[in-house]
Amino acid sequence: MSTTDFILKNAVMAAGVRVDIEVREGRIARVGSEIASELPLLDGYGKLVLPGLVDLHTHLREPGKEGSETILSGSQAAIKGGYTALSAMANTFPVADTAGVVEQVSRLGKEAGLCDVFPIGAVTVGLKGESLAELSAMAQSAAQVRIFSDDGKCVSDPLLMRRALEYVKSFGGVIAQHAQEPSLTLDSQMNEGVMSSNLGLKGWPSIAEESIIARDILMAHYVKSRLHICHLTTKGGVELVRWAKSQGIAVTAEVTPHHLYLTDDLVSSYNPIYKVNPPLRTESDVQALRVGLADGTIDIVATDHAPHPSEEKDCEWNAAAFGMIGLETALSVVVAAMIETGQMDWSTLVTRMSSAPAAIGGYKDHGSLDVGQPANFIIVDPSVKRAINKGDSFSRSTNTPFHGLTLPASVLHTFYRGVHVLRDGQLTGNKYE
Amino acid sequence: MRSSHLLSVRDLSVAEVLEILDTARELSRITDGAMKKLPTLRGRTVVNLFFEDSTRTRLSFEAAAKRLSADVINFTAKGSSVSKGESLKDTAQTLEAMGAELIILRHGTSGAAARLAESGWIKSHVVNAGDGMHEHPTQALLDAFTIREHFPNHDRDFQGLRIAIVGDILHSRVARSNVHLLSALGAEVVLIAPPTLMPIGVESWPVHVSYNLDAEIESLDAIMMLRVQSERMNDAFFPSEREYARDFGLGGVRLRSLKKEAIILHPGPMNRGLEISAESADDARSVIREQVSNGVVVRMAVLYLLMGGTSIPTEGVLV
Repeated sequence: MSTTDFILKNAVMAAGVRVDIEVREGRIARVGSEIASELPLLDGYGKLVLPGLVDLHTHLREPGKEGSETILSGSQAAIKGGYTALSAMANTFPVADTAGVVEQVSRLGKEAGLCDVFPIGAVTVGLKGESLAELSAMAQSAAQVRIFSDDGKCVSDPLLMRRALEYVKSFGGVIAQHAQEPSLTLDSQMNEGVMSSNLGLKGWPSIAEESIIARDILMAHYVKSRLHICHLTTKGGVELVRWAKSQGIAVTAEVTPHHLYLTDDLVSSYNPIYKVNPPLRTESDVQALRVGLADGTIDIVATDHAPHPSEEKDCEWNAAAFGMIGLETALSVVVAAMIETGQMDWSTLVTRMSSAPAAIGGYKDHGSLDVGQPANFIIVDPSVKRAINKGDSFSRSTNTPFHGLTLPASVLHTFYRGVHVLRDGQLTGNKYE
Repeated sequence: MRSSHLLSVRDLSVAEVLEILDTARELSRITDGAMKKLPTLRGRTVVNLFFEDSTRTRLSFEAAAKRLSADVINFTAKGSSVSKGESLKDTAQTLEAMGAELIILRHGTSGAAARLAESGWIKSHVVNAGDGMHEHPTQALLDAFTIREHFPNHDRDFQGLRIAIVGDILHSRVARSNVHLLSALGAEVVLIAPPTLMPIGVESWPVHVSYNLDAEIESLDAIMMLRVQSERMNDAFFPSEREYARDFGLGGVRLRSLKKEAIILHPGPMNRGLEISAESADDARSVIREQVSNGVVVRMAVLYLLMGGTSIPTEGVLV
């Protein structure tokens, strides 16, 4: 369907200002107070209007594991969670390591028509860590890939990492590193510490993450390229990124909602719903991550939405898959971890979940409510408390660790390029074409 | 016992531990006499579900169940549907459908027994016969039983006993269960190992940590030697078997430094010449074979108490 022109009245921006937003031909035409307009009215009822959220780390499983998620079902989960842009990780089957695969992902995203789906290209062929994938071909393809990552695996070979960082400079790319020294984490199951020793699960030491972060920061500085650290989880990692930024090194970092909210104590149930890579860490790590996100050491929140079929979680710990879904709960979890604790305000939340990720990815159509921008925005009820029920997932998978919790804030409406794709928390059936 | 499972020694109160040990003592007394077999669990089905090779533990549970007249089904993973990819959940549900009322589980994954008991997959009782690097509760119970029988002054608690566990603490479920059980009973537990085989966070355990066996040996009332797996050497936990045996093995001068009334334990199977010399294993202070016989009566007590036994039949009941 084509877009409908309308005026949103009576909504409140993150900074607390009451605002009207006029949308014409899918773009923001006017922003101001008490705008007189003949267009159909949408009443914001005093709720928050925010730029659509932007995720730089999403596993959509298509192609290859469509039983867990498809680009369409992932897009539906995204708009329910308030996201208007996703970045599809490369660890699909086949791996997104060629122009052909990234173009297919991009095309399926456009066909779904619910949000922008930006493919992430693999750094190495088949994620094997042996030779560089054709990064330039993916960058020049119709998908215009700018973020490259072997996520799920670390680019552990220092020479290969150096070359990748250097190579993407020619087209303004960024390497998103999954920081995990493989030899320190062979068969690791959970954070190494008091809990892992008590539970007898093989430990995953913080130093496995931090040693790669430290190495790659030095390398990015040396070759003057851009480095993005995926899912930071440790206190030491936050310190390293803080130091790098103080030196003016071009490093950005992300944290997931689950690492901001959950700790490794939960593993004592041996319920693999809490099994995730990187693992849940300790309370002091969680506190350091929150401080880092609030002060901007950590630039963004990224979901690491990782759908898995139920049989991969309804089993014993070691047999279970790593990963949690997160698109539909991310905003609520960040509100609980950061806003309700008084560590962050809504404007900063918008920066961390929308503007900053849009800037890192080069997603120019996202991250602001400026006049002339595509109308990618959401209306959020910040005061509501909602019970999280895995049965309500729009995702094809239900592996959420938040099932049964009551969390704040709910996404009421999502507009994608002016199209009303989510109304009162439900799919409208509309899509952008 | 309050719980319908035995998953971890940490779920047991001291009173429950003593109840198990007292029951085992009573069962031992009865079955040492004329009556080798009790009718208590006649018609009940117990399954040995073993995903790891462990002939001695399986045989011990089997002997325990049979002496209580239970029907025993043995299931080992090798050559079974498990090697064809069947999950723990499906395997356990299948066995329950065949009438299993109690499942004795040995599994390589820590928490497997807890998962089996608490996921709603099955209704059976679950006994943890060793889960990964987590726990081996009946081993700790039989070790406590053995120690108790040798120290008559410590019948209700182990206050004042200094007990060392020596070796691969990091990977040992026997060590984890014993640390908690022996310290709950009041013993002073000393863990002795090279730092590479000591778990991160061990300082939070109720133990004294030492890297020097020679410094501790004279003060010990009991010493438990853990089996060292030679593959640990390949993972650089220690440089060579020779060096390990020299620093952490029990034998020679060290054996002579051990108190006369101290006892030597080993959960088996032993590597003679590595963690324990032949001389030590066969020493008068060695109680290693007693541990094996005590294992059967302790496991009888656990099965008996979990499957609803209330009182022990009097002597003279014919079977």
